[in-house]
Amino acid sequence: MTLEGVKKSYGGGKSPLVEVLHGIELQLVEGEFAALLGPSGSGKSTLLNIMGLLETPTAGELHIAGTATAGLDDAARTALRNRYLGFVFQFHHLLPAFSALENVMMPLFAGQGRVTPQDRQRAAMLLQRVGLADHAAKRPVQLSGGQQQRVAIVRALMNRPRLVLADEPTGNLDTQTADEVFALLHELNREDGTTFLIVTHDQRLADGCPRQIRLLDGRLQPDGLLSPAPSASGR
Amino acid sequence: MNFVWMVAWRLLREGRFQTALILAGVSIGVGVIVYITAIVSGLQANIIERTLSTQAHVVLRPADIVNQAPLTVPGSVKLADIAKRTQRENTIANWGGIVARVRGMPNVSAVAAMASGPGVAQQGGVRKSVVLMGVELEDYQQVVRLDNKLQAGRLLLPTGTALIGKELAADLGLQPGGRLRVQTATGGSQSVTVGAVLDFGLKDLNKRWVLLPLREAQNLLGFQRDVTEIYVKSERLFEAESLAANLALVTGLTADSWQSSNGQLVTALKSQTASSLMIRVFVTFAVALGIASVLVVSVVQRQREIGILRAMGTPASRILAVFLLQGGLVGLFGSLFGSLLGAVMAEGISRMAKTEDGSPLFPVALDGELFVTTALIATLVGVLAALLPALRAARLDPVVAIRG
Repeated sequence: MTLEGVKKSYGGGKSPLVEVLHGIELQLVEGEFAALLGPSGSGKSTLLNIMGLLETPTAGELHIAGTATAGLDDAARTALRNRYLGFVFQFHHLLPAFSALENVMMPLFAGQGRVTPQDRQRAAMLLQRVGLADHAAKRPVQLSGGQQQRVAIVRALMNRPRLVLADEPTGNLDTQTADEVFALLHELNREDGTTFLIVTHDQRLADGCPRQIRLLDGRLQPDGLLSPAPSASGR
Repeated sequence: MNFVWMVAWRLLREGRFQTALILAGVSIGVGVIVYITAIVSGLQANIIERTLSTQAHVVLRPADIVNQAPLTVPGSVKLADIAKRTQRENTIANWGGIVARVRGMPNVSAVAAMASGPGVAQQGGVRKSVVLMGVELEDYQQVVRLDNKLQAGRLLLPTGTALIGKELAADLGLQPGGRLRVQTATGGSQSVTVGAVLDFGLKDLNKRWVLLPLREAQNLLGFQRDVTEIYVKSERLFEAESLAANLALVTGLTADSWQSSNGQLVTALKSQTASSLMIRVFVTFAVALGIASVLVVSVVQRQREIGILRAMGTPASRILAVFLLQGGLVGLFGSLFGSLLGAVMAEGISRMAKTEDGSPLFPVALDGELFVTTALIATLVGVLAALLPALRAARLDPVVAIRG
């Protein structure tokens, strides 16, 4: 995924125009495991939403798996999301009306409209991989916080995405569980080569990531590991 | 399993209380509609049946004899005003051919000729003015049922017998087998035996109607071989008017349909139909609004879940379909419960409220067609009512929806 000069402003018209992102240049390499750090109000969520094709940038271009996304309509962006991206939210956001297994299958189900027995098997396999084989039929409310988040993580993997965007995946977990979930993410990254971008507040967890991307006041800070985009310090 | 069906079903099942509420609303609405429809159509069928039990659907009479319009020359003065002429002994000759022809026409189920005229019935010094109606009993019964009107005696009409109404029988102190004398204004007079006493359902008819064999009535009334009316029974009751127009054209006689002979009844039935339609339309609106409002609440409550589904790549059209289907399912199931409810209510009142003679005061007409139509309409209304909430759900911005 590549971002070129991505800007985002809100407001306009009667309310004052506020620019949240001032030209982001960023490239995520296949198989990377990156942390996105930044204080509240730095534009992290906006950046994540733009990368997740949930919001459109005001200016700039976003390429995903070689496809330019500017000017695509909602249906096309939805299809791209379904095919290339996985989402892990801070609060697991599992669907309460469905079992763990059904929740895992949901991205595929939602995209294709139906699921095959093979898809079901893959979902079961994913659950087994995170040690939840026995909990497949349970509803989210019957699971612990750590279990819920593990289900949410394998749900993000169901469609074999190229990039998983995780928004503070350990935000509401205790330290030990957070460490376990983080270890799981690392493991999935190593074993499958899935690219991860993880937003976190927790410097301790970010330190465990090979790449740290820092966002301050809508601008990327040099991270020293992979060279930041040249225009990161200015517009 | 299809995504749309599965998600719609789960959301309905999950929102138990709301689903129960909305189902109850739809059921009650549909119940009222089914009940009203059953009662109104039952009542109407009953009224029409009672009214038509002594009438033909179409009556053919001789065409009116009218004066030829006087020739007028422009600028001339009219010196005399010619009065309308009386329709004196205007009868249908050669009716055999007409009857045969009418029998062969479409939408005609039975035809009967009748020679009728005024007369006097007397017995033991009591004289009553009556209507003498000469009929071929078999033909006549095809048009006007008599077996359900028989009070005493047998439904046979050989020469020398008469069938009379029960009031006349009481006035003259007659029973089957008794004798009376009938006279006509033209001087005809004959003594006949009472074959049967009938109850026509109306006091006036019971006082006046005397059925005689056709041949004897023709002789008494001096019609020779002519008749005065031809009764026609239509296969399709409500097409009697077009049949009448058709018959008038073909036979050259005047044709009156039951609708034109019962103008007030038809008006009453029409206004009743209109008001029951109004009730149904407004109840349908209320049901639709109920479905829509509950679904709107459901969309708001499930906003976050919809946002998550959208974020993970559910097309907006699929979200739309999920909520439309919920509306349709609610309409369908609601109409099933509602039909049951309406049928039970209608049957209940028809069993409870009885007239003096034990027949139901509110006869109900419950047929399969009513239920099928109701279910179809309710499902459609459900889908339409769900349109607004569904559009709202489909247009949710996932970012805003997830943030809550």
